[in-house]
Amino acid sequence: MPTEINLWPLLGVAVIIAGFVLRFNPMLVVIVTAIVTAFAAHFPVEKILATIGTGFIKTRNLPLIILLPLAVIGLLERHGLRQHAQRWISSIKSATSGRLLIVYLGARQLTAAVGLTSLGGHPQMVRPLLAPMAEGAAEARFGALPDKVRHKLRAYAAATDNVGLFFGEDIFVAFGAIVLMTTFLHEAGIDVEPLHIAMWGIPTAIAAFIIHAWRLRRLDQALARELDGAAQADLSVATAVPAKEGR
Amino acid sequence: MILSIQHLYLLVGFILAVTAVMTLADRQHPKRYTSALFWGIYALVFLVGDKLPPEMVGVGAIGMAVIAGLRGVGAGKHREPTPEQYQASATRLGNKLFIPALAIPLVTVIGTVGMSHIKLGGTLLLDPKNTTLVSLGVGCVVALALACWLTRETPVQGMRESRRLTDALGWAVVLPQMLGMLGLVFSDAGVGKAVAHITTSYINMDIRFVAVAVYVLGMALFTIIMGNGFAAFPVMTGGVGVPVLVGVYHGDPAVMAAIGMFSGYCGTLMTPMAANFNIVPAALLELPDKNAVIKVQIPTAAALLVVNIFLLYFLMFR
Repeated sequence: MPTEINLWPLLGVAVIIAGFVLRFNPMLVVIVTAIVTAFAAHFPVEKILATIGTGFIKTRNLPLIILLPLAVIGLLERHGLRQHAQRWISSIKSATSGRLLIVYLGARQLTAAVGLTSLGGHPQMVRPLLAPMAEGAAEARFGALPDKVRHKLRAYAAATDNVGLFFGEDIFVAFGAIVLMTTFLHEAGIDVEPLHIAMWGIPTAIAAFIIHAWRLRRLDQALARELDGAAQADLSVATAVPAKEGR
Repeated sequence: MILSIQHLYLLVGFILAVTAVMTLADRQHPKRYTSALFWGIYALVFLVGDKLPPEMVGVGAIGMAVIAGLRGVGAGKHREPTPEQYQASATRLGNKLFIPALAIPLVTVIGTVGMSHIKLGGTLLLDPKNTTLVSLGVGCVVALALACWLTRETPVQGMRESRRLTDALGWAVVLPQMLGMLGLVFSDAGVGKAVAHITTSYINMDIRFVAVAVYVLGMALFTIIMGNGFAAFPVMTGGVGVPVLVGVYHGDPAVMAAIGMFSGYCGTLMTPMAANFNIVPAALLELPDKNAVIKVQIPTAAALLVVNIFLLYFLMFR
């Protein structure tokens, strides 16, 4: 057992929770937390600045995936990409927001599971295509949507992309997380086949699909209830057909 | 290698520098100088960041946080087409509009899967450590060329559109990187060790089910704090997983690792600290509530955590 563990850096955890709860600007909260934590670990001022600077340089890869596609997406939006996506989905008569997102969830999980994680993503897929389609499918059924519903559909589109990605990619053997896990266990004196870790992820991945797909079906029902009493009958006939939840 | 992640940093630095200059030149911009300064510092981080002393980059990062905190980053006025123009253009171009949008993922996948070992004149074409990101960069450039050709626009208009969307995102673009930095500061300062010390000293793990639940919920909770399941995994697995679940109860370590990491991902779905997945999309989709995506994800994540406790309990001790 290590003799001395400095518990003061936990102050940083308290600062960040307090900062988010009190709704200060997140950028300020994060930087103040970094300074407080480093200070509590008895770092001198130059080391605090250097640690922040080094960390900021090391993580430059994170915003690439957001910033690089913006020019293309912006240009296409200027020429009606979102409007066209809405129109395209409303031409498919059986499409509902929930069903569209369930199909996307399954496709995202399966493609991520074979390593194709870059087929989705918020800047290049959700904003220009998936969210407008989810809105378009609802509009085709219920007419113009109130802003609240519009925002809810967008949030569901973003959430569905996350759930599909997270609970698909870990089944892919060559994914970084699997490498990280086997390396860590190896150093702890336990040797595990990467394929076994990937395999034992499958039950959770299936559970994630069932839970989220069920919530997306409920979303359709809630939309029908909220927006249109007349459309309810139409939808309940459609949902009486058992949904295929296996993959 | 011919194309490396350094080229992407230079490209992003260039885009941000153009954004800063356009902002400075925008006389109608409500927060012209502070916004230009914010994007200017950020451009420097990408263009010359690794050549500057780390203390100076630290001062720059603090400066950016202060500008953002004092509401110094704002959006300029952008001239948008009318709804009629949007519809007319959508009718004219039709399904062709999908081509450049789908070219980004398509080129990325081709690059990741098929080009990772291709050599030109004896050197690798793509950076082997960052094949996906470099392929994404190539995909974006190819897609931009396609989009310009299709819409008869110039790359300059592409830069204007990039600035419009960067303006819409505001400081949220920088938040993932700030949080990544904080994760590194946390690990340097030993926050992980302190948390593991507290969980293992104050919770009774003589009951097998309790130990399983502590591991699963600990992964989620620690990920909520750190914003990253990868940071939580060594701490919880080193603190509880290996010594208790494997050491005392002789569970299957492969099951533990797989379900443990997925429990961490449940935490990722519930935390504003995972800004890339939760806060940036809310900004991208122009949602008034920055936590809207998290709120939608919490029921899925919480239900899945309960499922995970039972899956781990029954699968680990077969």
